[in-house]
Formats: sequence, structure tokens, C-alpha cells
Amino acid sequence: MTEVRAPETATPPSPPVPSAPVRLGTRSLPRWAPLGAYAAGAAAAGALLLVTGFSLAGWVVLTALVGTVLLVGASRAVEGARKATDRLVTVLVTGAFLVALLPLVSVTYTVVSRGAARFDAQFFTYSMRGVVGEGGGAYHAIVGTLIITALATLISVPVGLLTAVYLVEYGRGQLARAIRFLIDVMSGIPSIVAGLFAFALFTLFLGPGARLGIMGAVALSVLMIPLVVRSTEEMLKLVPNELREASYALGVPKWLTIVRVVLRTAVAGIATGVTLAVARVIGETAPLLVTVGTTTSVNLNPFEGRMASLPTFSYFSFTQPGANPQFAVERAWTAALTLVILVMLFNLLARVISKVFSPKAR
Amino acid sequence: MGKRIDVSDLDIYYGDFLAVEKVTMVIEPRTVTALIGPSGCGKSTFLRSLNRMHEVIPGAHVEGKVVMDGQDIYGSDVDPVDVRRSIGMVFQRPNPFPTMSIAENVLAGQRLNNKRMRKAESEELVERSLRGANLWEEVKDRLGRPGSSLSGGQQQRLCIARAIAVQPQVLLMDEPCSALDPISTLAIEDLIGELKQDYTIVIVTHNMQQASRVSDETGFFNIAGTGKPGKLIEMADTTTMFSNPSQKATEDYVSGRFG
Repeated sequence: MTEVRAPETATPPSPPVPSAPVRLGTRSLPRWAPLGAYAAGAAAAGALLLVTGFSLAGWVVLTALVGTVLLVGASRAVEGARKATDRLVTVLVTGAFLVALLPLVSVTYTVVSRGAARFDAQFFTYSMRGVVGEGGGAYHAIVGTLIITALATLISVPVGLLTAVYLVEYGRGQLARAIRFLIDVMSGIPSIVAGLFAFALFTLFLGPGARLGIMGAVALSVLMIPLVVRSTEEMLKLVPNELREASYALGVPKWLTIVRVVLRTAVAGIATGVTLAVARVIGETAPLLVTVGTTTSVNLNPFEGRMASLPTFSYFSFTQPGANPQFAVERAWTAALTLVILVMLFNLLARVISKVFSPKAR
Repeated sequence: MGKRIDVSDLDIYYGDFLAVEKVTMVIEPRTVTALIGPSGCGKSTFLRSLNRMHEVIPGAHVEGKVVMDGQDIYGSDVDPVDVRRSIGMVFQRPNPFPTMSIAENVLAGQRLNNKRMRKAESEELVERSLRGANLWEEVKDRLGRPGSSLSGGQQQRLCIARAIAVQPQVLLMDEPCSALDPISTLAIEDLIGELKQDYTIVIVTHNMQQASRVSDETGFFNIAGTGKPGKLIEMADTTTMFSNPSQKATEDYVSGRFG
């Protein structure tokens, strides 16, 4: 930098003065460093706990703590502050994921291992009519759950869909805002309140003590409608306005535009939302306890008499196991397993529907 | 086909805001009329008010008259849906329906209105419309593929085919080439030249070369400042507008001194 620059036209540009070489990358810990840190942490924690008294939970927590401190400390010493922060955040994110996964794995394991005992043909073909002790099944509860949920869907989908169409395509001002607010409130209603609402409603017409499948369906649809409205509304909002305008410009009336363009474009998302709403209410217990009750025999008519459902079946099998408790408890676990499988099937169905209906790019 | 449109004293509002003030113009049948002007001067708004697409936006309304075939399209007994059937529109961004195939997109005007057509009839309409939009040769082997599988320029010509498939009298184009490359733009400009044999065309464009290439008449819109309404400054045949405009502002704009 000491030389005086000659005019550029006179001489070729002078070679640049070499500066300190740019360093790309620093020293880094070996690939086994995290494993090593946690192994050391496990050993240290184990040693410490052997002195104070061993417990598995304490050991896991201590291992995580000591291992993290070792890893981040070593990283800070060798790799520098930025890499150390990176490692710390990686540990936190992974840890949060594992904590979130824990209950899921635990529930799945418990339900499968305990429910497998009675997961047989008899369980799916027999009701509990006249069964005391061993044997019997949940056929009546399975059909009850399916009927009640289907009825609830039948009520909620038209109401929810049309409400969402109103909110997105027509509603503005005070009324739309009020509806949106009430939908939000409705999605926060405890399920037992929905059950009591249906119970009170039908008591007005049928007198006290009525227990019908349709009452349960009404209670469930109180829970389901806000879910359907919310998910459908989001899906309708995603439909580009350009498509609506394209349709109007072709001389298509608004209602046909909504039915044939907006709903058609959003149908995959709407179907997914509805299926997830079904999966969400299918396991409700409290509202069905107060509105439908339970029974031991098959009842296919939701407009007359009590019906069994899987959640209430499981609940009563567990709380009132009768003479030979272990058989009833086994049935309760299998009912829970059946319910989990049903929910899983609904989620799979949602994926299939969304795959089939979604607009294809190529 | 191809009708004359008389616009007189048209004020266009968004709610209380006056966006375009006192436009009076005559759009001659079977010509291309270009609307030019700087951004925000209200030329797209004016275009959308010609087939009552303006009022799709909540609170938007107009005052004044737009007369086609002796009928005010804003008359109290006029159905906006009928207006849009005879005055079609092509938008800035190509917007084929993503759930429909190429053929279904062309037939959208019929299908969405639940019109029944025999198979031969609809195939004939698809071919005629796609030929009219210079797209037939490129897509005839893949009519069943989704409309979104086409390139941007092809999609825009598909949208033009869709618009002419409902056999409108007038075709409005809102910057139809602004999202397209020069080759596709050329294809659309050639198409506009052919379409004016049958249709009255009004095109909004930011590109003054394009206006001078494709149009017979040109209208220049300008705006005095932000928050002020846009106005039609001058309208004349395109050669005059670009060579010898009567207003200073027009001359400044077409010669590239502002905008």
C-alpha cells in the first residue's frame, strides 16, 4: 500500500498486496463428540447416583444435564462461541422433540400391549348382552360410535361448511365479526357442557331422563361445528381471488362460482379438515355419558333408546368391571386400542382424500 | 360480433374514494383501444368498470353511463352476469382453473354455468377457441392435461381461448403480457391483431411500444397526485397520440419524460 498508483492507462495494474489468508472453517470436535459427551455424562451421573441412591428418571435427567454441559463446554473451548451456541440449540430442539414424543410412545405402547389380549374376532362380533365375566365383545359399542359420529358429521358438515362460505364469501362488518367471535368461543366449550346442552335441549321436548343416540350426535356436533368452520374457512381463504374473478368474467353467477370453483378448488383441504374433526370428536366420552348412556346390547336406532359407544364402553368396563374384573379391564383396553386404530384410519383417510382431490400441477 | 361502447361522465369509486373522474370515451367496434398511463392512474379500474368486474370489490361503485347496443350496462334492470357474458376479460396474471384440464378450462364458461353440450359440439368449441387463441397446435395432443402444466404464455393464451369460448362481443385485457417473456408477448400481440376482426378489444398496457404496435385508438390516463382521482387526459387514434398529441402531459408521457 506504500507505492503511489500510476495512472491506469500507463502501466498494467500492480499485483494486489497479499493480505492475511482467509480462514474458512476452524478446528472442530470429532464426529463422535456428542456421543462421547453423553457417555461420559451417563457414567458420571451413574457414579454420583450410586453414592446417593439410584433412580432411573434421575439418572436420565442427570445424564442429559452433565452431557450437555460437557459437550457445549468442549465445543466452546475448541470450536468457538458460535459453534457452541449451535450445539446448545441443537440439544434443546432435539430434547423438546423427545419430550413431546414420550407420551405418544408411552400411550401407544401401553394401549397396544394391554389391548392385544382381547383383540380377536369375538371382540368385533359379539355384544355384551348376557355376558358376565369372560368373553363378550364391543360390537355394539363400535357400531354405536360409528352411528353417532356419522350423525354428528351429517349435522356439522353442512352447518360448518355453509357458515365458512358465509364468512369468507359474503360476511363483512359486525355480523361476520360476531359470528367469528362466537365460533372461537364455541371451540373453547368443555365437552361436558356440550353434552349438558344437548341433554337440556332434548329434555325440553322429551321430558327428563331421555337417552338417545341422536342426543349424543347433537352434543358432538356442538364440538365439531367450530372445528369444521375454522378449517374450512382457512381453506377457502387460500383459494386465490383471481380464480373467482376469472369465473365472474366468464359470466358465471356468484353462487355457481362458489360451488364449482371455490369449493371445488378447496375440497381437498376441506375434506382433510372434516376428517380430522371427526377424528377429534370420535373419542369424546363425557358428552356421550350424559346424553346416550350405555347399554350391553346392539342398538342400531339412534332415535330410540340408549346406545353403547367405544369411549363409554371402555369407561364402564373399567369403573364397573363386575364379578371378574380382569376380563372387563382387558375389554376396556381393547376398546381403547380399537378407538386409537379408528382415529388412525381417519387420519389416513384424510391423507388419501387430500391426495385424490388436490389440484394436479402436471 | 363486436359492439360499440359509449362511456359518458363515468365516475368510479372505491367506497367514498373517487378513483377515476368524469371519463367520456367512445370505443369503436372491431378496433383495438389501448389505455396507457402511469401506475395508479385508474386505467385498470376503468377497464374493470366496463364489464362490471369493478363492483366485485366490496364498496366499489360507479356513477355515469356505459352504453352498449343502446343499453346502459349499469341500468337498474341489467344483470351484471349477463354483462360479463357479453364483455369478456383477460387478466394480468394467467389464471387457468387448477382443478380443470386444458379442454375443461376452455369450456369453463359453459360448464360452470351448467350448460349441457353434446360431445361433438364441445369438442368443436374447444378446437375453435384454441385455434382462435393460436394455441391449438401446441396443445391438441394433451387436452386432458391440467391447465397449469402449460407455460406462462400458453396459460395466458388458454385464458384468452376461455374468454372467447363464451362468444363475447367485447374483450377486455388488463396488461395481458406483463407477466410474459418477449416471445409469448409477440404471440399474444399477433393474436390481438387477429381477434380484432371479430371482437372489440380494449387493452390496458404499461408498455407504450406495445400500445403503438397493437392499437388503433389510444387513451391516456393520468393522475394529478396521490389521493387525487385519475382522469382521461386525451384520446385519439394511435398514430396521432404517439406523433402529435394535443396535450403536453401526453407528449411527455409517450416520449418517456415521466411515468
